[in-house]
Amino acid sequence: MNFETTIGLEVHIELKTNSKIFSPSPVAYGADPNANTNVIDWGYPGVLPTTNKGVVADGIIAALALHATVEQHTHFDRKNYFYPDNPKAYQITQSDKPIGHDGWVEVDVDGVKKKIGIAEMHIEEDAGKNTHERDYSYVDLNRQGTPLIEIVSKPDIASPAEAYAYLEALRQRIQFTGISDVKMEEGSMRVDVNISVRPVGQKKFGTKTELKNLNSFNYVQRGLEYEEKRQQQVLMSGGSVQQETRRFDEKTGETILMRVKAGSDDYRYFPEPDLPSLNISDDWIKELGDAMPEMPGKRRERYVNELGLTDYDAMVITQTKEMSDFFDATVALKADPKMAANYLQGDVNAYLNEKQVDLQATKLTPANLAGMINLISDGTISSKMAKKVFKAITNGEEPKAYVEAHGLVQLSDPAKLQPIIDDVLSANPQSIEDFNNGKKRAVGYLVGQIMKQTHGQANPQVVNKLLMAALQQ
Amino acid sequence: MANRINREQVQHVAGLAKLEFTDAELDAFTPQLDDIIGMFESLSEVDTDGVDVTSNVSDQLNVMREDVADNWGQSSALLHNAPDAARGFIKVPAIIDESEDND
Repeated sequence: MNFETTIGLEVHIELKTNSKIFSPSPVAYGADPNANTNVIDWGYPGVLPTTNKGVVADGIIAALALHATVEQHTHFDRKNYFYPDNPKAYQITQSDKPIGHDGWVEVDVDGVKKKIGIAEMHIEEDAGKNTHERDYSYVDLNRQGTPLIEIVSKPDIASPAEAYAYLEALRQRIQFTGISDVKMEEGSMRVDVNISVRPVGQKKFGTKTELKNLNSFNYVQRGLEYEEKRQQQVLMSGGSVQQETRRFDEKTGETILMRVKAGSDDYRYFPEPDLPSLNISDDWIKELGDAMPEMPGKRRERYVNELGLTDYDAMVITQTKEMSDFFDATVALKADPKMAANYLQGDVNAYLNEKQVDLQATKLTPANLAGMINLISDGTISSKMAKKVFKAITNGEEPKAYVEAHGLVQLSDPAKLQPIIDDVLSANPQSIEDFNNGKKRAVGYLVGQIMKQTHGQANPQVVNKLLMAALQQ
Repeated sequence: MANRINREQVQHVAGLAKLEFTDAELDAFTPQLDDIIGMFESLSEVDTDGVDVTSNVSDQLNVMREDVADNWGQSSALLHNAPDAARGFIKVPAIIDESEDND
């Protein structure tokens, strides 16, 4: 039996606003429990929430970034549920008029491009956080009212690999808008997934299961792969899939039953009476759209078509807006694009990984990286010397000044190199004979000796040229 | 009784609100709620021809505040008002985790 898979993803993204969505309490991490709360966050009787304009703006920006239609006549709704992380016993969210609908992102899985639809996205408030100890639970409402955007995919995702690619595309586009950090490891991006399989040709979707505890894109893909196979096996053995919630076990890579879903949720949504409706003007949408940075897809096209980078280089450089901006600024200072891309992917990324920091938190500047690359390009320093210079620019040093202060100038003058080459040749007659007998390896040895004589400062290209000329006389 | 709401529906809504009713209470509340809904039904007598559908009865629109943080410094007063608190948290009886995914 052949099966087709349908995957749905609900992605929650925490917005980087200054204040909460319906109260002016600060949105900040690491504060003492409940320090960033007020009577509105606690849902006290008689308080009146007020919509944060910044959150609405971010919702519009997200809609534009994901090619969605902005709903210009929108409002909030109440979703009723009882749980101790939410003192109001309802969440203010959007149900029938979400701020954006019918968007898409393009993904590339093994060279195959595909558009994945986004059904809708809405703005809403986050809940507080509970911690559980033996006989008591402890509630911290700092997160209560933190603004979220929930993005719901259309049932277009047909494989776990596509789900991964969709999440990556979504993360990148949102990251470039700057409205969220979109980091799963910090909880500013959270993913709920559901998956069903059905025999090829069957019209009706199969029964879907939900997966929880997916803390990275990798786990999303692995959890879905396991679940896809499990459901296929259930159907092939004549069984039927139950509607249930399963937990992904990171250690075994398996999914484990958490609970069976009995009936559908009943949230009794109704329009939020405390918040007036919103009419979003064409002018506001245009203003926000005009201020948006160039999206990663457009940048990749530019890098490949105008700057001659490979698709892979372009992809790595556009992982974050900071990296891509840094690259653009470096190239604007006349640095060779390919070398700039190589340094960012290689030495810079290694440095960031080693220090566990983001690019913007380092002392690296486009001016200093460009300065170093230009010193390599004009032959002043070798790429070997550049290793030292790179270390210096991570400390914020100016490359040209550093090179001069440390005498790191490459020896490129043939008039100075020729006597050294002559000396090395006369000291190594055996190598010359080896070369004449066809042993090309002898060249490497001689270059090594010349480099040694010059304390590594000889320009390898010039040395090679002069040496070959001397040997072939 | 006009049967605008039945016993099962009352029980269902009570369940959503984490309330438990005895049979006697259900017998008592069902006709009462039925009457209340009946009272609201009188609204349907109003002629709404030519009136646009709305999701909000207020005549205000686009009431928003700028995204400026302001900590009102109410946390200790709020915690003081909570039934119990510890280390800055609201302390509550152990929550049997039925769903941590309410967003």
